Amino acid sequence: MGAVKLLFVVQRPPYKSENPRLALTHAIASQTAEIYMDEGDSVVPTMVFVGDGVLNAVKNQQAMKLYGVTTTENHIKSCLLIDLPVWVCKEDMERLGLKEDQIITDAEDMGAELKTKFVSYADIQKEMESVKHLLFF
Amino acid sequence: MGELTLGVFPSLVGSMSLDFAFKLAEAGMAKGHKVNMWLSGNAVMMAKKGQKAFKDYSHLEKRMKELMGKGMEVTVCEACAEARGYHKEDTPEGMKRASMDWYLAKTVKTDRLLHIGGE
Repeated sequence: MGAVKLLFVVQRPPYKSENPRLALTHAIASQTAEIYMDEGDSVVPTMVFVGDGVLNAVKNQQAMKLYGVTTTENHIKSCLLIDLPVWVCKEDMERLGLKEDQIITDAEDMGAELKTKFVSYADIQKEMESVKHLLFF
Repeated sequence: MGELTLGVFPSLVGSMSLDFAFKLAEAGMAKGHKVNMWLSGNAVMMAKKGQKAFKDYSHLEKRMKELMGKGMEVTVCEACAEARGYHKEDTPEGMKRASMDWYLAKTVKTDRLLHIGGE
């Protein structure tokens, strides 16, 4: 079967619903999925934040301080650390008045090299058409 | 025949989405397809055996057991279940517990993945 591409599309805002966190934890679980697969098979996920979901990517989250739970920011940075692509929809950022400097762009503090990509909805649509499975959260 | 995997996230009580997922699973199996079900998020409510059936609330334990008896593979997210206090000894017979990588791995071989999102 080889490598199977998956697209995790997050459209809900953070903390109001469990969905964004479940999307991130499921995508990160791709790292250990091989124990259930045949040799040579793998899953290649991409995370994309659209609609109100782009709010998940706002930096300087304080969930640990305020609620005692890990931040969505930490999960997004973990994605970057394991070279899992993170995309944020440019049009939806603009709609919400968000600038690139307000968004988690890297996880250099964790040692990650991969950076967040700001993409148009047209690019996301293209990716949706190219993957084997779409997972909407 | 094909293989269908349902990733199911809504709660048993609060919407009819979980009921829909089981109806869909039943229809798929009736057509001869192999059906796998991944229960995560609030859908792990299904991982508590002995729930009492009231007519005001959805009750799917009986239907789930019937479908499992016909070959449907049902696996529950262990972390989501433990976070809600549903332990191994609470799990209905035949239901497996696994981490999220089980679901990810199923996406490789399954012909269709239907992801039924939560609240």
